[in-house]
Amino acid sequence: MSGHESTYEPKTGFEKWLDTRLPLPRLVHDSFVDFPTPKNLNYWYTFGGILSIFLVIQIVTGIVLAMHYTADVDHAFASVERIMRDVPYGWLLRYVHANGASFFFLAVYVHMFRGLYYGSYKAPREVLWILGCIIFLLMVATAFLGYMLPWGQMSLHGANVIVNLFGAIPLVGEGIKTWLLGGPSIGNATLQRFFSLHYLLPFVIAGVVILHVWALHVPGNNNPTGVEVKDTRKDTVPFHPYYTVKDGFAIVVFLLIFAAFVFYMPNVLGHADNYVEADPLVTPAHIVPEWYLLPFYAILRAITFDIGPIDAKLLGVIAMFAAIAVLFVVPWLDTSRVKSMRYRPVARQFFFGFVAACLLLGWVGASNPDDPIIPLGSDKLVVEYSDENGLAAARTFEVYDEAAAFRDGLGEEAGASMAVQKAPAFTFLHLGQILTLYYFAYFLVILPLLGLRERPDEEPDSIHKSVLAREPSAGTPIAQPAE
Amino acid sequence: MTDTPVTDAHDDIDEDRRNFIHIVTGMAAAGGVAVIAWPLIDQMNPAADTKAASSLDVDISKVPEGGEIRVLIGGQPFFIRHRTQAEIASARNANTQSLRDPQTDEERLVPTPDGAYNPAILVTSGVCTHLGCVPVGPAQGNVGDYGGWYCACHGSHYDTSGRIRKGPAPSNLPVPDYRYVSDTVINISL
Repeated sequence: MSGHESTYEPKTGFEKWLDTRLPLPRLVHDSFVDFPTPKNLNYWYTFGGILSIFLVIQIVTGIVLAMHYTADVDHAFASVERIMRDVPYGWLLRYVHANGASFFFLAVYVHMFRGLYYGSYKAPREVLWILGCIIFLLMVATAFLGYMLPWGQMSLHGANVIVNLFGAIPLVGEGIKTWLLGGPSIGNATLQRFFSLHYLLPFVIAGVVILHVWALHVPGNNNPTGVEVKDTRKDTVPFHPYYTVKDGFAIVVFLLIFAAFVFYMPNVLGHADNYVEADPLVTPAHIVPEWYLLPFYAILRAITFDIGPIDAKLLGVIAMFAAIAVLFVVPWLDTSRVKSMRYRPVARQFFFGFVAACLLLGWVGASNPDDPIIPLGSDKLVVEYSDENGLAAARTFEVYDEAAAFRDGLGEEAGASMAVQKAPAFTFLHLGQILTLYYFAYFLVILPLLGLRERPDEEPDSIHKSVLAREPSAGTPIAQPAE
Repeated sequence: MTDTPVTDAHDDIDEDRRNFIHIVTGMAAAGGVAVIAWPLIDQMNPAADTKAASSLDVDISKVPEGGEIRVLIGGQPFFIRHRTQAEIASARNANTQSLRDPQTDEERLVPTPDGAYNPAILVTSGVCTHLGCVPVGPAQGNVGDYGGWYCACHGSHYDTSGRIRKGPAPSNLPVPDYRYVSDTVINISL
């Protein structure tokens, strides 16, 4: 923490010499060795460390893959296949990079939900939170750009859907689209600039991560009680060895799960269509983004209605970007003075509802919006024909044979045709609309109002006392059943 | 040592002159940044060779009746469809007033060199106006509920004139800028 005195003592002559010129060892010592850290951090707090490891994994494997990749529409797909088949350990590097992106997002979502649960965005950590939101936005951009590079069917058509969103912007949309693509449609110019930016952005992320850690070390860590450190001696432990070991253990467990995916199911998170080379004349029947962007895709597709002069398409785009933008202002939307939801019994229920809504939005994003979840009746067959007076008429049937017999029984002049009439149903679209409403209501209505109305539970006096209260032998005696 | 020389030195400063220099320096720096930024921004626009490859001659006599061919110009797909008499009739008989994007079939054709219309040949963009997927048509065995094209991405149905009839797409498949070079060759440009 900023108020904390440096305990670094240069021992060797070289360390003393360097300390008066570039005190880098002192910075590392004070930031990652003797940094006072709340003693009650649980495993949800290890995901920051996990994320930093994954940033390194992605940058290292990415640099190596770029040595073999060719950013050209005629060669990109083949160069990726060559990496998979011919380059020594190329298959491993690519599977680590592709699955690494998924696990990077898995970790960042856990990290973000943890921040939302324990109120880590509240004063004095607003800047820390906003920097995190910027990193998330950069991650989304990097992942989107990277998904184009294998030049598969999903690369091309997925990117097409997203780039066309910019076309929905009034007046300047088409110009922006052409400028982004470097031509009338996605082509070689697009692939080359996407590659260039995909290589650049991770280093921008690394830069913002440094600011993120700096903004963390000024106020110090939040903790599961949300109560600030009051007495450094009683409430904190040094970062090393206590949290280097705890983070290290979590990193190893997370990497084990990651390895299971890399070695045993490397394609389970991907899409088979991306192993078909991009063809601008054939769109895959079902375009879906990677799983980690599905909730935002579901929000985009949930808006099927116009509001005033804004049409549904533009409105969907606005909603999708607003879903990320709203995160930036959470520190000012949550009006409660209590940080941790441990002591907010009502808010906690809404929070778990929010997590469920995000997961369900992912399911909706992966599904066809018109497919029924709960059918209300069964599909029917409608035979349309002209009756003896030449007027349009229609009859509805439940069974195909009856409908076909009726149609065939009509004369040639009746011009009969048969079509399926879908039964009314509660579809994925409806579910997506309800969940989208809840997503925005959580931030814009529930958090602001609940902070004013909710009666929170009593917070502990200090981190120290909350830890003791959980250890009956050390704290106040608690009745135990006789053994 | 007295403080007189120090105050004297400050009295000599002409604040207006100094502000003027600050503003002019700032403006020159901003202008310099803008001049350097513009090439960096404009380089992302379509290059000259990309723009040059933006039109194509297509022989329409090879399109089978009831079928279509698909061509790419600058990576963008276009449909050239040879419509049957029944398809032309259904395109003409539609009640255009009730459509989302009202257009008659004739408005979606261009005249041949002799000024007549050739309703058998319909040329449209091959990009769904919803989110840019390529709809399927007769060659793929699905023409949607209205006999034209069907976009499988989000379920837009187009009729035999390429007009949007059902689904989320906001407008008809656009008719590109094209002209009849002869009775059997058209030139499509972006």
